[in-house]
Amino acid sequence: MDPVLGVDRAFWYIFVVSAVLLTAITLVMIYFVIKYRRKNHPTPADIRDNWKLELAWTVIPTIIALSMFWVGWQSYTGLRNVPAGTVQIEALGQMFSWIFIYENDKETENELVVPAHSPVQLNIESLDVIHSLFIPAFRVKADAVKNFPTYVWFRTKEPGEYDILCTEYCGLDHSQMLARLRVIPREEYLEWLEQEDE
Amino acid sequence: MSATPSFFQTPSPPGLTGIKAWLLTHDHKRLGLMYLWAVLFWFVVALTVGFLIRIELMSMGRTIMSAEVYNSAFTLHGVIMIFLFVIPGIPAIFGNFFLPIQLGTDDVFFPRLNLLSWYLYMIGGLLALISLFTAGGFPDTGWTFYVPFSVGTNNNVSLTVFAAFILGMSSMLTGLNFITTVHRMRIKTMGWMQIPLFTWSLYATAWVQLLATPVISITLVLVIFERFFQIGLFDPDRGGDPILYQHLFWMYSHPAVYVMILPGMGVISEIIPTFSRKAIFGYKAIVASSLGIAVAGSLVWAHHMYTSGMSDVAVFVFSLLTFLVAIPTAVKVFSWVSTLYRASIEMTPPLLYGLIFIYLFSVGGLTGLVLGAAGTDIHVHDTHFVVAHFHFTMFGGTGFAFFAALHYWWPKMFGVMYNFKRAYLAATLATVGFMFHYVPMFILGLKGMPRRYYDYLPQFSQGNSLAAVGGLLLFSGIILMLVNLVLSLRSRQVAAANPWGGCTLEWSVPSPPPLHNFVSEPRVMAYPYDFSEIIARESQGK
Repeated sequence: MDPVLGVDRAFWYIFVVSAVLLTAITLVMIYFVIKYRRKNHPTPADIRDNWKLELAWTVIPTIIALSMFWVGWQSYTGLRNVPAGTVQIEALGQMFSWIFIYENDKETENELVVPAHSPVQLNIESLDVIHSLFIPAFRVKADAVKNFPTYVWFRTKEPGEYDILCTEYCGLDHSQMLARLRVIPREEYLEWLEQEDE
Repeated sequence: MSATPSFFQTPSPPGLTGIKAWLLTHDHKRLGLMYLWAVLFWFVVALTVGFLIRIELMSMGRTIMSAEVYNSAFTLHGVIMIFLFVIPGIPAIFGNFFLPIQLGTDDVFFPRLNLLSWYLYMIGGLLALISLFTAGGFPDTGWTFYVPFSVGTNNNVSLTVFAAFILGMSSMLTGLNFITTVHRMRIKTMGWMQIPLFTWSLYATAWVQLLATPVISITLVLVIFERFFQIGLFDPDRGGDPILYQHLFWMYSHPAVYVMILPGMGVISEIIPTFSRKAIFGYKAIVASSLGIAVAGSLVWAHHMYTSGMSDVAVFVFSLLTFLVAIPTAVKVFSWVSTLYRASIEMTPPLLYGLIFIYLFSVGGLTGLVLGAAGTDIHVHDTHFVVAHFHFTMFGGTGFAFFAALHYWWPKMFGVMYNFKRAYLAATLATVGFMFHYVPMFILGLKGMPRRYYDYLPQFSQGNSLAAVGGLLLFSGIILMLVNLVLSLRSRQVAAANPWGGCTLEWSVPSPPPLHNFVSEPRVMAYPYDFSEIIARESQGK
């Protein structure tokens, strides 16, 4: 399964179950507060516990929580298991820009160019403080730490342009540390790769 | 009983009069009030800074401050809110004031240490204040002080970190005092299963304070050493490990979020039964869940670090443990709502704040599931989604529990009642503002807006301007709430000893309580939330 789809399904699963729970809790709470207001219901019942009910609302949420954990973990493995045949690119974070180094040592700054319909792996490191490379469109993010390489991978589809942001606070111009991801057709990419740096 | 002078009026011994009667007091109630004013001062400062941050983000580019000021502002907001408001708030004020009374005793186990804790708190606050205006100004690192940035930046990191160290000492000593008080000072007739839930929650909290705080203290000292002596523990340029810092930092700071929320849950566990006039549902389960949260919450710190580059095995383990912490929290929420079933509910400002707490905290808890799950966390980690999530838990949760506690115990602490209409209006304003303020941030985060962002891309502008409107409502609601409470001290509408019909021990003593808390030997009930006497007395009165 496409990792983006896996992550999105995990989002939907957790959101929908949460929304149901939240709505139920809130409505029941409001209903009780109105129905059992003192004017209507002057003598309270004396109920202190009910072990069956308490057991139920311990066991059922445990099952739900574990299922969410599993869905989340599955989608995580999708982001981590890199398929064979990826385009390998080095991504280096520095205050306050991203440098990308391609397989033939071509370098770009704040612009990442990758071929369409292809798995791409970014090997990430920092040149100074901690940064974090985030491509919302592909649901990937990894911290850039000096001397501690990390990676992300994603599968490109049709050509297009996406944002790359820094999500680990890195100083004065943290919010200006932006790059563009350009997905272009494979032939164009190969041509671009051979061009001399402008 | 009306002849007993309150702790305000009891004459002080010679040499301890006037201001000294407060500054050198060993009385837990006076210390509680001294904390109250200090904590409220810092709360208003940090609230205002937070509001200014929101104004800055209202539109793209520069609105009211430069990027430098902005970066210091969110650090200042975080440091003050965490170390000077949310962590000490409920335990230091209401814990100090009410824990001994709920236990049927006259003070904490170490009254002098209690005074020292207050001074440490004040010194910590003072140092934070000094660091604003000296050597390079307030740090721009965020309250997390991540290395290597915090080691390299020129701002006044060392002094601020030292302030946090001092505040940690204060928090630890308060925890130590509460643990010893619960064990050694509890009235003989009170068994473990007769302790009120607020005190139980403080007891669970105190263990976390005592066991986890040393970790951050050591870590913060190491950061100072790293800055002065370039040791190379954390700085990768000297062979250090920045991820080690994150582990050490969160090893305290995640348990610390339970230090922040557990006392708030304790407050709600008092308020719901009192105004329902009905036993809390599942007393033992709530006690067990408090202890369960304290233990399990200490084992989940690295869920802040899924993207840090730590191993996938670690991600698996910490994600699994994180989901297990959700269970005791869910049990508490279900117990509170079930307490309302077939109750006799009286709507009052503290109950309204309590119900709002349940809603806001549930949103915070449920959105936490998205962050606990490994795959989804990767996308929203360090975005505005996280900002919204922890404000729902820390502000909607602890903050609103704090407001609920203020309204619940205000008549007991000062002997005066506040205006209800204004209190309701303030609560409504604050809640509506809260939703408009933080819900857009969830969406911004899902769309990919990172946190700690001075400026943003055009696609994020709509959500940010909406949040600004919410921020304005929220800010005015809270100011109105505080003004209403302060005004009650002037109008002096006298409050009864037990205005709400509560049945824990603090409601059996006059408002405000006498110096030694009890006029006669406290009578401990077999079950702490048995309202049958209150109900019987009321029906006789009619």
